Amino acid sequence: MIQLATLPRRFAADIAGQAIRLFARFITAVRADWRGIEPVPKQRVFFANHTSNGDMPMIWSVLPAAIRRQTRPVAAADYWLKSPLRAFAGRDVFRAVLVDRRRDVEKQDPMALILAALDQGSSLIIFPEGNRNMTDDLLLPFKSGLFNMGVARPDIDLVPVWVANLNSIMPKGEIIPLPLICTVTFGAPIHVETDEPREAFLARAAAALADLRPGVSS
Amino acid sequence: MTTTVELILLTLACCAILLGLTLFGEFMQSRQAPGRSNPVLETYKTRVQSWWAMVLLLALALISGPTGVMILFGFASFAALREFLTLTTKAQADHWSLALAFFVVLPLQYVFVGLDWAGLFTVFIPVYAFLLLPMVSALRGDSKRFLIRVAETQWALMMTVYCISHVPALVTLDIPGFGGREVLLIAFLAVVVQSGDLLDFFFGRRIGRTRIAPAISPKTVEGMICGVGSAILIGATLHWLTPFGVLGAMGMAAAASVTGMLGNIVFAAIKKDRGVKDWSHLIPGQGGFVDQLDSVIFAAPIFYHLARVFYI
Repeated sequence: MIQLATLPRRFAADIAGQAIRLFARFITAVRADWRGIEPVPKQRVFFANHTSNGDMPMIWSVLPAAIRRQTRPVAAADYWLKSPLRAFAGRDVFRAVLVDRRRDVEKQDPMALILAALDQGSSLIIFPEGNRNMTDDLLLPFKSGLFNMGVARPDIDLVPVWVANLNSIMPKGEIIPLPLICTVTFGAPIHVETDEPREAFLARAAAALADLRPGVSS
Repeated sequence: MTTTVELILLTLACCAILLGLTLFGEFMQSRQAPGRSNPVLETYKTRVQSWWAMVLLLALALISGPTGVMILFGFASFAALREFLTLTTKAQADHWSLALAFFVVLPLQYVFVGLDWAGLFTVFIPVYAFLLLPMVSALRGDSKRFLIRVAETQWALMMTVYCISHVPALVTLDIPGFGGREVLLIAFLAVVVQSGDLLDFFFGRRIGRTRIAPAISPKTVEGMICGVGSAILIGATLHWLTPFGVLGAMGMAAAASVTGMLGNIVFAAIKKDRGVKDWSHLIPGQGGFVDQLDSVIFAAPIFYHLARVFYI
C-alpha cells in the first residue's frame, strides 16, 4: 500500500528529473568526459568543484541512468528544505542526503548520515569545498569530510569530478543562465593511504581535482 | 522544372554520392580482420553518417521553404555562438550583454532576415549590437580586460550570427529573371563550398607538400589548388541552379571556395591560440558546428554581396 501511495510522487519526480536533464542538455550541451574511470555501476564517491548551484544537477545529468539511480548528492538541508518545491527536488528528484551545515547538537551527525547512505550501497556526489567558490582561487580549502569518508570506508573509490564553465553559465546572483558548453570531467579514483595525514590527503585530492580543468594536459 | 523538383533531384544526387561513400565504408569494413578496428575507417564512417544527417536536414529545410531555412540556420547560429563564446574571455560583468547576444540579438537578426529588411540586417550587428553591448558591460563597472572582453564578444556575434545569417539571406535576394528560385543559391553555395573542402582535404592528404601556414594549419597549396579547381568544376556543372551562367557560376564558386578555405585557416589560428582541437563534440566525427561551418561562415557574406553587386 505504501508503495502504491507514493507512486504519483515518484512518477512526478521521474518527469521532473527528465525535464532537468533535457534542459541541461539543450542549454549547455553538457558532456561527460570519462577520463580516469569507466561509466560502470560501481560504488563511488564523486567529489567536485563548486562554483554554482547548477553543479550538482549537471553531474547528475551526465551520469548514465543505471549509475544515476544509485547516486545520491550530499546537500545542505538549510538550502534544500527552504520551500516545498526545493524539498520536492531535493528529496524526491535528486534523493539527496540532506545534512545540516549549522552545528546543532540535536541534529544528527552529518558523517553518520553519509556513512549510512554508503552502507546502503549508494554512490555519492559531494562538494568538499563546503561552499560555492566565489573567489579567483581555483579551489577553496577542502573540509575534512572527504578524508573521514575515505578512512571509514577505505574500499570505496573517491573520484575527482571537474565541472567546467558553470561559473560563467550561471554566476551567483544572476537569473538567466547563459547557454555555454559545460563539460564534466571524471578523473582517476584516489584512496586514503595507510597512515596518510589528513592535510596531505586533502592536498592530494585537491590537486587531482584541479588537474582535470580544461587547458591542463592530461 | 519547379524549384522543388530541382531540389529533390539535387538531394537525390547527394544521396547517391553518400550511398556510394557508405557502401565503400562497409566494403572496407568487411575486409578488416575480425576483432580489429581501424581508427581511420571508424572516423570515415562516423563522418559519412554525419554527412547523411546534414544533407537530409538541409534538403528538408530548403524544400519546406524560407521559414524552414531561417529556423535551421537560426539553430546553427545558436550552436555556433555557444561554441564560440565558451572559449572567449568574459567576466560576470558581461552576463547581461552575453544574455542579450543569445536571446535578443540572435533571434532579431533572423527575424530581420526573414522579413527581408536588408537595410537593417546588414547593419544590425556591426552597428547596433556593436555599440550597445559594450555599454551594457560597462554599466556593470568591471574594467579588467574590458577591450578584450567586448572585442571577443563582438567577433563571436559577427562570425556565428552575422555571417551565418547571410546563407538564409540569399533567399531574400530578388534577382531579375530568376523567378523566385533564390533558395537554390543556398544549395549551390553549400555543395560548392563543402565539396571543395572535402576534395582539398583528400588531395592535401595525397599530394600535399607545401604548407600554406605551417604553424597553424595542415592545409597545403597543392590541396587548395585541387580543392578550388574541383569547386569551380562542380560550380560549372551546377550552373543550372543559378542565374549566373556557366562562367559566372565558375567565378562565384571560385570566390566562395577560396574565401572559405582561407577562413578555415583563420579559425585554425583561433583554435590553436585557445589550445583546443575542435570547437565542441556535438557533431560525431566532425567536432563542433563551427568546425563544420567555418568555411561557409567566410564564404556566405562574400557570395551574398557578389550576387547583389553583379546580378541585381
